[in-house]
Amino acid sequence: MRNPLRSEEEAFRFLIASVVAALVIAGAAYVNTWLGVAAAVVAVAGVLWWLKQEPVPGAADPPPKLESSSPPGQHRVLVIAAPGTESVRVGIGATEVVVVVPALASKLEAVTGAVDDRRAEAERTAAMIAAGIPNARGEVGADDPGLAVDDALRVFGADEILVAGDDEFLERVRSRVTIPVSRA
Amino acid sequence: MAAAHAEHLEHHGPPAPHYSSRVTPAVLGMFLFIASEIMLFGSFFTAYFFVRVVNGTPWPTPPYHLPVYVAFINTCILVTSSFSMHWGLQSIKRGNVWGLRAGLLLTFLMGLTFLITQAIEYSRIGFNTSNGAFATIFFCLTGLHGVHVFVGLSILGFMTIRAFRGHFSAEEHHGVEIGGIYWHFVDVMWIVVYLTVYIL
Repeated sequence: MRNPLRSEEEAFRFLIASVVAALVIAGAAYVNTWLGVAAAVVAVAGVLWWLKQEPVPGAADPPPKLESSSPPGQHRVLVIAAPGTESVRVGIGATEVVVVVPALASKLEAVTGAVDDRRAEAERTAAMIAAGIPNARGEVGADDPGLAVDDALRVFGADEILVAGDDEFLERVRSRVTIPVSRA
Repeated sequence: MAAAHAEHLEHHGPPAPHYSSRVTPAVLGMFLFIASEIMLFGSFFTAYFFVRVVNGTPWPTPPYHLPVYVAFINTCILVTSSFSMHWGLQSIKRGNVWGLRAGLLLTFLMGLTFLITQAIEYSRIGFNTSNGAFATIFFCLTGLHGVHVFVGLSILGFMTIRAFRGHFSAEEHHGVEIGGIYWHFVDVMWIVVYLTVYIL
């Protein structure tokens, strides 16, 4: 749904729509109060429908790709693994490794906030993978692989990303970054 | 391309810290503002609904009358002030500083007229908050909106002073944009209040 107060111009347009709706309601109420109430219900539904139909600016644009790298002499690797992954192999050149496991949750779980079990599962997976990699630490990420990478790269400048997951998982990560992404 | 590549190679460490991956601060702030306003006005409209529909209190309760036509003129003044606000902002977007100053001054004066008219209406209406649920809800709803107009007028006052001091230009007018959004919102809320309290 489009926010009618996104800019002054849109707020003004919303005001005009409200004035038109008010005129219709007042006209109907002049005939009969309950007709006015019915017109108000229809007008509110109409305005909501209009706002829902309106395209949201920038919503269809792909998210900006993140650039990242580490200082000379270091090779940092970010590992993104699906929950349940048992181990990941990282090349010997890696000086620092961060393992991020997204706490993948269903829409219902995300909306209701019932993500404790998902986070616990992600935490177990991250700890297990990190234990098998030298110089590695494990973290729990957001409930979306793309967002988990996004968040991780903002605090950890990586040169390379390794993904342990299915093709959709891999593509989701690849679409968000400019650094090399490969399957673990 | 080569320059961009060189820049990429020179960049070390993580990108600059940011706010959130999901929503920008501006959008989040606006959502919180709208949500808080919906809850604030919503509580008063809920009370109105219970008094009028659930309890069946006559609206307006005899022998009182609501000054529908004075309020209509006031509504016209407030809606017109939104037009002058919009005109002022469009002017500064084209670099017309005097258009902005005139637009803001007109908007401020019309907003002030609205508020003074409402105050006069209160003093002559013939009932007060102690005259039953109808009177209480009337003063609460129109008063809550009046407070919003007062806040809007304060913002407009600062914007007008800044406009006369030359703080805004075709490139820099974000302060006017935000104030304009608030003013239109206050107008929309008045239309809702006017329809529910005076017309329906």
